[in-house]
Amino acid sequence: MEQMLNVSSNPHVRDKMTTSRIMQLVALALLPTTLFGVWNFGLHALLVVLVSVASSVAFEWLYDYLMHKPNTVTDFSAVVTGLLLGLNMPPQIPLWMPVLGSGFAIIIVKQLFGGLGQNFMNPALAGRCFLMISFAGKMTDFSVKKNFGGVIDAVTGATPLAALKAQGFAEGSVPVQNLFLGNIQGTIGETSAIAILIGAVILLGFKIIDLKVPLTYICSFAVFVILYMLFSGMGFDVNYLFSHLFGGGLMLGAWFMATDYVTTPITPRGQLFYGCILGILTAVFRLFGGSAEGVSYAIIFCNLLVPVIERLTRPTAFGKGGKA
Amino acid sequence: MGLLTFKGGVHPYDGKELSKNYPVEKYLPQGEMVYPLSQHIGAPAVPVVGKGDRVLAGQKIADAGGFVSAPIHASVSGIVKGIESRLNATGSMVNSIIIENDQQYESVEYIPAPLESLTKEQILARIRDGGVVGMGGAGFPTHVKLAPKDPDKIEYVLVNGAECEPYLTSDYRRMLEEPEKIVEGLRVMLTIFDHAKGYICIEDNKPDCIAKLKELVKDIPRMEVKEMMTKYPQGGERTLIYAATGREINSSMLPADVGCVVDNVDTVVAIYQAVILGMPVMSRIVTVTGDGIQNPKNFTVLCGTCMEELLTASGGLKTGTAKVISGGPMMGFAMYQLNVPCTKTTSAFLCLEKDPVSQAHQTACINCGRCVSVCPGHVLPARLATFAEHGNMEAFQKFDGMECCECGCCSYVCPAKRPLTQSIKSMRKMVLASRRKK
Repeated sequence: MEQMLNVSSNPHVRDKMTTSRIMQLVALALLPTTLFGVWNFGLHALLVVLVSVASSVAFEWLYDYLMHKPNTVTDFSAVVTGLLLGLNMPPQIPLWMPVLGSGFAIIIVKQLFGGLGQNFMNPALAGRCFLMISFAGKMTDFSVKKNFGGVIDAVTGATPLAALKAQGFAEGSVPVQNLFLGNIQGTIGETSAIAILIGAVILLGFKIIDLKVPLTYICSFAVFVILYMLFSGMGFDVNYLFSHLFGGGLMLGAWFMATDYVTTPITPRGQLFYGCILGILTAVFRLFGGSAEGVSYAIIFCNLLVPVIERLTRPTAFGKGGKA
Repeated sequence: MGLLTFKGGVHPYDGKELSKNYPVEKYLPQGEMVYPLSQHIGAPAVPVVGKGDRVLAGQKIADAGGFVSAPIHASVSGIVKGIESRLNATGSMVNSIIIENDQQYESVEYIPAPLESLTKEQILARIRDGGVVGMGGAGFPTHVKLAPKDPDKIEYVLVNGAECEPYLTSDYRRMLEEPEKIVEGLRVMLTIFDHAKGYICIEDNKPDCIAKLKELVKDIPRMEVKEMMTKYPQGGERTLIYAATGREINSSMLPADVGCVVDNVDTVVAIYQAVILGMPVMSRIVTVTGDGIQNPKNFTVLCGTCMEELLTASGGLKTGTAKVISGGPMMGFAMYQLNVPCTKTTSAFLCLEKDPVSQAHQTACINCGRCVSVCPGHVLPARLATFAEHGNMEAFQKFDGMECCECGCCSYVCPAKRPLTQSIKSMRKMVLASRRKK
């Protein structure tokens, strides 16, 4: 025997899926809604997204370089963070803002806490909330100057949710088909339920996510809104419910941000629990809070609850009395 | 009817088509024979022959070293060259009896006995004297397993023909070529357990075996064939019991605690041979396979044969073969030396041209939960591995680390390529060692 043989502990085979492939697939799944956003809002929206992705990757590389750490740009997680941040921006935002947001997301939220896997809240959403608090006016200005068609009523610049908040519910404020298709006001990536659902199907098809978090999130949110309608005396109205489900950031949040692995409980029961809390908190923030939106705050708040949820929902080991 | 299965598990490339269509060939050893005194769980066997003695095939050369132990028999005739420490397939040095094969195959006389003439005690004695141990890989002495505290409480005798390890086809060939022996072996086991039903459990990727055995048992009372979903680790003891009966056992329980006895098909055949034919365990089926070997094959191999001879008989390793594994790819042992003997528990030699483990690049855990969803033990491998890496024995045990069955699903599925199973395995060994100290 002249050959040298490798020795290692079992198992000796590995699945093909890698972290960077997962991140690439998430980016791919975000493409439909990105393209729709560009069509809906115009060229500036594309610039916002590109600047956001490029600056995220640049900050990731820069941090690794300055700290003499191995280069982690190749895991594609910075691309996903940048993409999500860009999709969470209003279409006419000045280009320095996504750069600032990326810097906060990548350097402060992600790298300072130990890099990929160690961040305690979703970096893209933390970046968005940072901008939201610091520059509330710019972050809630949804006017559109020039686009390829798409959004109607470009001048007033109010999202369906902001309109609901400001004017109360009016009959037929936004047609349901517009809510589904997405030619409405909003951040670049959140308006089209159909485009987001195409992305969700991609994620489900490649088994990147499962239904536990998104379904419990959307269902508990819907139940809360229905209860609110019934008990506040306004009566059940499908249009009001749909405005809440599809008129804001809920779809993008539920399928792409609440499902972020790092900031979601690892336990199956914990994921159901987490989804339910998200739905209730989002509804509370939207219906009783000061701002029209509630998804971002609900998600980063629940991110902080993850360690507690995990501790409370540890699965029962096989043969230790639990039901399989 | 839905297929029987369990929650969790993975579907690795199964590679069985490489060797499944090659009928079993008998291989006659060329060189010296090596019989490790520990081919089973429990006390090592004690040699009853000395240097220079002439032994016959089937002659006992070492006796059980305690209750949980098993005797070892010569598989050839020849002269005992010595008793010395030799390398075994798992990489440790084990005291072994070395016999120079005289190629005469002169054997002792085996005394057959019809099943009706034997009492339960006599059956167990013949199993013990035949050196029968769990041949699926664990090597637990079978006479101990078949003598639970209360034999009347055993409700199921499960014959494990799942063969869920990828690449392995020795059980498949056994079920296809000698199904009658399996049925006869099961009949012996059911004689010990009056109130038990016998289930032959087979994964549904072996429809030919299922059909054959179903035909054989259709008129036999208390015997059934159970089809199981093809999924790794379907053939694990705990997952098999759960799939077949819906009962669960944890790491501190025995199958008998939930009224079950589980034995691999090869063990059941060994039981038949020991009890009815009076022949001890001297050979077994070994699959030589993988993309790193010229001609994959299934052999009947005499225990004690050097595995390097088997590789040569299969056309030899391809140049550049990176890894040779004793057993399957999920739970087998990677070997650094090939001059090790086949034992009662050697099921396969898997030769891989590429080693995905050394090629894998480890990245940070992203908490994706894949390890949790595939874990048949319903624990949190990602957390356990971290506790293990930090040396946190207390948290490791609190999070049910001892419930891990080391099946390897978590490492297989991990997209960050963390060596989860390896970390957890090492920590389990440390915990067991510290418990022994107390």
